Amino acid sequence: MDVRIIDAAAVTATVKQLLMDCNYFIGRDIMHALEAALDTEDSPVAKSVLSQIIENDNIAAAEEIPLCQDTGLAVLFVEYGDKVAVNGCFEDAVQQGVREAYEEGYLRKSVVSDPVFDRVNTRDNTPAVIHTTIVPGDGIRITAGGKGFGSENMSAIKMLTPAYGAEGVKQFILDAVRAAGPNPCPPIVVGVGIGATFERAAQLAKKATFRAVDTRHPDPRYAAMEDELLTAINQMGIGPAGLGGKTTALGVNIETAPTHIAGMPVAVNICCHAARHASAVI
Amino acid sequence: MTVKKITLPLTNEDIQSLHAGDSVLLTGTLLTGRDAAHKRLFELLQKGAELPVELRGEVIYYVGPAPAKPGYAVGPAGPTSSYRMDKFTPALLDLGLKGMIGKGARSQEVIDAIVRNKAVYFAAIGGAAALIAKSIQKEELLCYEDLGTEAVRRYTVEDFPCIVAIDCEGNNVYKR
Repeated sequence: MDVRIIDAAAVTATVKQLLMDCNYFIGRDIMHALEAALDTEDSPVAKSVLSQIIENDNIAAAEEIPLCQDTGLAVLFVEYGDKVAVNGCFEDAVQQGVREAYEEGYLRKSVVSDPVFDRVNTRDNTPAVIHTTIVPGDGIRITAGGKGFGSENMSAIKMLTPAYGAEGVKQFILDAVRAAGPNPCPPIVVGVGIGATFERAAQLAKKATFRAVDTRHPDPRYAAMEDELLTAINQMGIGPAGLGGKTTALGVNIETAPTHIAGMPVAVNICCHAARHASAVI
Repeated sequence: MTVKKITLPLTNEDIQSLHAGDSVLLTGTLLTGRDAAHKRLFELLQKGAELPVELRGEVIYYVGPAPAKPGYAVGPAGPTSSYRMDKFTPALLDLGLKGMIGKGARSQEVIDAIVRNKAVYFAAIGGAAALIAKSIQKEELLCYEDLGTEAVRRYTVEDFPCIVAIDCEGNNVYKR
């Protein structure tokens, strides 16, 4: 079998560039959604907040500085081709890219070594969280994001059982968004993972926040659920910055997977309006 | 939308003139501090020890800035979620802290302490860090340098934009 050799340095350079880019340049889907929301809002406060967010994101892009000071814990989804070999340690190459991005890109170092006792800053924002899947092909697709914790802390997971049905799923998602209220920097992106196991549902929810807000689930029933939830969330009145208005979310993205006969896990991963992610193929 | 210009330090008259929902531009100096600094200050207070920084009459901004690019006074510096400081806040207000800037809702204990001490809680726009940094002219390290971004600093600000979220009578923009 022919195997394509990829230089570890290429992996490092790609990760570095993706993390810097996503922290400076907001996605076009988010900018379009913010501009559309500005037209929709009636209240002067909501309009003012949205205008300032748009101005902020434009400043960040023009000056190549982080659009939010919380440049996040780096999260990477890697689709690793089965006909690829990296000449070096792939994990080390990725973490080196994280280190270089946060040190050289003027990004904030927000990682502590031990969660409970020491809480000492690692000073280079490593280690990143890396989710790897093996896929057919001779390339490596890396999707990288910086996940802020104002919104991450507002996330929720529940092991629903099949009897809850679609209504139970929607209720749990709406409850999580309502409980988050003004805290996760609305307007938010709501990532939902349904199915599989406890940990996979959470991973799917994170993956959902990395999807553009102008895309829909391929199954029309879930696509309709995304639309219905977005409408319901925007009727809650939380609004931009939680100061009231019609724009509480810019999008609801659902990802699904097969699950057990006894289960229906639902995870809600909330992302702020600074929904940062970028993707490249090596 | 009318905007009130306020010069820091806050006077009691300033505080009484502010109502929940007011848009405000702050000019003067304020302190920065977030989770780890609050924990340390609180632990010192519990021990009855002296604090390394004077809080009386001050405004504290819940922020952990990104590093400043060369040529910039400060890096992007937007507010962090305030509720994480709630456990420590009443003690600081009782000590004479007059204002806080952050984002999001506060506990009833914090609201009670705001009313009791005639203080004010401002909200800045979360995620508007690059824009907010334009209103910060200067930073000076005061203590807890080992905390990195969480160190306590003094910021000199001009027309720092925020909204009165909880006023000294306990009116609250987040309650609806």
